[in-house]
Amino acid sequence: MPSLGADMECGTIVEWRVQPGERVHRGDIVAVIDTEKATIEIEIFEDGVIAEILVPVGTEVAVGTPLARLAPTDPPSPTTNGATAADGAASDALTDHRHPAFGGPGPAPPRSSPLARRRAKELGIDPAVVAGTGPGGALTAADVERAAPAARQDRDDRPDRADRPGTRHALATLMARSKREIPHYYLSTTIDMSEATTWLADTNASRPPAERLLPAALLLKAAALAARAVPQLNGFWVDGDFRPAERVHPGVAVNLRGGGLVAPAIHDADRLGIDELMAGLRDVVRRARAGGLRASELSDQTITVTSLGDQGAEMVFGVIYPPQVALIGFGRIVERPWAVNGMLGVRPVLTATLAADHRANDGHQGGLLLAAIERALYEPEKL
Amino acid sequence: MNLAQAFDVVKIVLHEVAPEIDLDTVDPGVELHDGLDLDSMDFLNLIAGIHEHTGRNIPERDYGLLVTLGDFTEYLAGTVPSV
Repeated sequence: MPSLGADMECGTIVEWRVQPGERVHRGDIVAVIDTEKATIEIEIFEDGVIAEILVPVGTEVAVGTPLARLAPTDPPSPTTNGATAADGAASDALTDHRHPAFGGPGPAPPRSSPLARRRAKELGIDPAVVAGTGPGGALTAADVERAAPAARQDRDDRPDRADRPGTRHALATLMARSKREIPHYYLSTTIDMSEATTWLADTNASRPPAERLLPAALLLKAAALAARAVPQLNGFWVDGDFRPAERVHPGVAVNLRGGGLVAPAIHDADRLGIDELMAGLRDVVRRARAGGLRASELSDQTITVTSLGDQGAEMVFGVIYPPQVALIGFGRIVERPWAVNGMLGVRPVLTATLAADHRANDGHQGGLLLAAIERALYEPEKL
Repeated sequence: MNLAQAFDVVKIVLHEVAPEIDLDTVDPGVELHDGLDLDSMDFLNLIAGIHEHTGRNIPERDYGLLVTLGDFTEYLAGTVPSV
């Protein structure tokens, strides 16, 4: 299996174009292989007769795996070059270790047309890794064009460090697994945010922009304190058991601009002062979008918090990230009619929700967690 | 600061906050939250960036005036003295 791209690890034979007993010449297309990125025709580098097909159609094998055995057309003679002929053994002509793809010095490089070389340069493709189908294995412009989608897709598919954990595919798999395995239950509570928003406005009025607090920081702190207060929702479901976490590291859902979602942890959020927490939140959002998250931030989450902020819905019923057992959701702050002491007024309110794993805890504990969040938000100066 | 200078500064800061926005074709009438998809964190970063670049401290109570990119530019031009 030839290496046809820097990060190609394996390929699958889609079609054999030759069969045992068939004579082949250097440059003949003998098989069609599928890498994850493209379907590519591969050529043989030596003359000979196909002795045995080693890898059948449909099998995925690692780069470097012998695909077929080739018998030399002439009996071995001292004038025939190559270790294979001298040994008298059949050569693995398709995994020609003299080929540059395997790091060897390579046979004389196949001829390539000037047009092919120019196209390769324009498209940013290394001609050495493209199979040539011209006479004598020469590289034609068509060969280069055919390799281009693979190379371009290679570059496009290579995920940003920022995107890697949040790519749609990875997220899709995780979310599907979550819904398949976790029996979710949902609770919600609507919280009067007048104390919190008034306190925020007063506090921010005297602060320069770099020190201002967002409602998201208050919500995160309240959620972290609640997770500490109700430990049955802060931990992991593993091997049929709930394992409470010792610390509180909420994963904070961050939208990556242009698509994708990550939820990096802010460690010990329950113990951070509100200014420290706000700074941590700004930093983690910046690094999530710029591609600078640390491994611990992506593996230490004990619970997840998602806040839809200004544009989102009024309530969010999320999908739990296994092996966690809970996800806290905060909707948009909206003005609503509100009853206080038998009188009707208008208050800024927010709906907090909990999605929780019914194997690990029940509605009573979930209710305690939401009540703890609500109480915390009534005393914002203590957060 | 005149409108052109203000627009330049706004574009520089906007690029730091949301690098994927094409500044050459962006319409000043576009809404910051709904049109450019800036959330409250992005908006705060915009405000902080303006403070850093111009020294202008935009108070929270004025955020409501800054609906479109044009609003932001005019606000800045109106409140930051010419160099």
